[in-house]
Amino acid sequence: MNRDNRFLSGVVTADPWDNLKRLTAARVALGRAGTSLPTSAHLEFQLAHAGARDAVHSGLDADRLADQIRDKGLRCFVGNSAAVGREEYLQRPDLGRKLDEATKKSLSDWHQEEGAPEFDLSIVIADGLSARAVRDHSLPMLANLITLAEKESWSLSPVVIIRQGRVAIGDEIGSQLAARMVVLMIGERPGLSSPDSLGVYFTFEPKPGLRDDSRNCISNIRPEGLSHALASHKLAGLLRGANERRLSGVQLKDDSELVAVDSGIADIGNFLALADIRESDASES
Amino acid sequence: MGGYAQLAGGERWHFQDLKCLLAAATPLRSGDVLAGVAACSDTERVAAQMALADLPLKAFLNEAVIPYESDEVSRLILDNHDASAFALVSHLTVGDFRNWLLSDECTEENLKTISAGLTPEMAAAVSKIMRLQDLVLVTQKIRVKTAFRNTMGLKGRMSTRLQPNSPTDSVSAIAASVLDGLMYGNGDAMIGINPATDSLSAIGELLEMLDSVVGNYSIPTQTCVLTHITSTIELINRGKPVDLVFQSIAGTEAANRSFGVSLSLLEEGREAAMGLKRGTVGNNVMYFETGQGSALSAGAHHGLDQQTCEARAYAVARHYDPFLVNTVVGFIGPEYLYNGKQIIRAGLEDHFCGKLLGVPMGCDICYTNHAEADQDDMDNLLTLLGTSGVNFIMGIPGADDIMLNYQSTSFHDALYVRKVLGLRPAPEFERWLNDMGIMKMDGGALTTSQSLPAPFSRAVLAATSEAGQ
Repeated sequence: MNRDNRFLSGVVTADPWDNLKRLTAARVALGRAGTSLPTSAHLEFQLAHAGARDAVHSGLDADRLADQIRDKGLRCFVGNSAAVGREEYLQRPDLGRKLDEATKKSLSDWHQEEGAPEFDLSIVIADGLSARAVRDHSLPMLANLITLAEKESWSLSPVVIIRQGRVAIGDEIGSQLAARMVVLMIGERPGLSSPDSLGVYFTFEPKPGLRDDSRNCISNIRPEGLSHALASHKLAGLLRGANERRLSGVQLKDDSELVAVDSGIADIGNFLALADIRESDASES
Repeated sequence: MGGYAQLAGGERWHFQDLKCLLAAATPLRSGDVLAGVAACSDTERVAAQMALADLPLKAFLNEAVIPYESDEVSRLILDNHDASAFALVSHLTVGDFRNWLLSDECTEENLKTISAGLTPEMAAAVSKIMRLQDLVLVTQKIRVKTAFRNTMGLKGRMSTRLQPNSPTDSVSAIAASVLDGLMYGNGDAMIGINPATDSLSAIGELLEMLDSVVGNYSIPTQTCVLTHITSTIELINRGKPVDLVFQSIAGTEAANRSFGVSLSLLEEGREAAMGLKRGTVGNNVMYFETGQGSALSAGAHHGLDQQTCEARAYAVARHYDPFLVNTVVGFIGPEYLYNGKQIIRAGLEDHFCGKLLGVPMGCDICYTNHAEADQDDMDNLLTLLGTSGVNFIMGIPGADDIMLNYQSTSFHDALYVRKVLGLRPAPEFERWLNDMGIMKMDGGALTTSQSLPAPFSRAVLAATSEAGQ
């Protein structure tokens, strides 16, 4: 329903270049009330922003996710970063990169009790900036990873779910569990039209204090972006490459073939240059 | 040794050096807390502001907040200090300076005269003891005029950078946003793309595309594809049509190094673009972007608060006679500016410090989805900056940048602020809007046309038939 046409239809001016909407996902040709945003466009924006904010502020139901993971026959821990609450998490990225004392202790106690085993792969799931992305995409990505690990005969450590976590926390966990590789799935900062985007980060020989250039990242995993299958395919390529070359980060390139994502958006080049503007303009005047 | 002492609230407060004093006096923001330099209490903050108010402006010439020997930005600031320009205010304390700035004695002419005599630390210091209305009142006295293919910074004018970003650098998506913006009277500051790629050939194609649009429709504006300055220099060498040279800059040598730039590299870029002589009414060729928190983010803040670091970036900027400087205020995220209140204050401080130092300031009035801010906060900052006489703001379709994933100001927002404050586009651009029939001057106000001007109508038709094939 168009909220602008309920009454006084002449008040809102539509833009006569409405057709250009098919060329871009940008909010073009919104029309105007006076010179301001018409009600419908205004409320659509508010709805998108609300979705993004809800994604940032809604908590991750970590216990439920842990149960779902245990149902797959995997061991699973739930813990916290050193950031207490969302407000501190958002203002103190340094705390989100570290485990809190209780989680650190429970991981290390478990590891000792098990006789300090070594693992090929550790999988960490962190809420990051979108619990929704984790809720929607982490389980199918995890299933694909388990299949890959079985195929490659990689031993898996327990899965660790972290609340209020940032990317680098995966390295501390991988190191605690003596894992050779760590894969961290995390909710990415929501865009206005992407409240549910998952990022996957990967480190070879993880340890605390590594920088961004030691990790590889696959971003924008969501239905309108990178599919689970494609993201898993790229991740498998990276993990195999890392295993072979014994490194991760900037030196490890993603060699998987680029598969075009059909966005449904037409690309016709620079249509502003299609018509010979000046000549035809002159002939008319 | 000794530092600064202040009695306040029945306690004696001590600040060990100028750097600590400036940091403690800074109105609360998350980035200073993250850096561990913020005041520990509200009372300590006001005590620092009182101590700062008593400090003679001259003190900033005697104590470099980052040592002269180890930082080329400090050397630039002190070596270029103009003592004769400073003479008018050299006897003042920071507190007196605030009073003088607010007084009717302080005219536009005075402010122009003293600009080269002020260091960024002086500007930052006085801003820390000013309320928002003080920042607005003083800033609106200052005009910083620059020119390339049109003129920025004239009284009663406010321009926009049309930012037609596309996540895939799709040329037709970019063209759609460009047309949308032009029809809403946006794009006089520049048409400037943040490319998704850093491939030189792709960026070269975007430069040619923008140049052909500006050429085809004879638009009195300039274009920019925002890539690293070394890439822009290379593109100039390859004969690509570069109007403005973009670079992100910061207020310390180490932070600039993290951006891959030095003062000499900036000069090299400027000379390369000056040599092209593409400006028609002026030759200000640099376009800089800055933002509070960038030095801390690079671990290069030397214990300095983020607002003083930012003011130092304007000392870097002014050395290169830039066309425009843009503080991208809310882009960096809530760990530096947590909420609307902090973003709004930072935007006004940046505009004030920049203008006081003689920099043609604009502002990307913006926020990310994890900051505690929304459209209402942006409306506040937009209205305040419009009132302050900001040179330009961003114009983005529906305020939603689908490439950089943040919210800025829309084409509609620019028309709102022009309408309520009686602001107009750059004169050359205004004439073009009028001649094209996009907007007409009607009783002192620009009115938007109901129909699409013929050349653009043909382009839309062409696009429609092309896309339908």
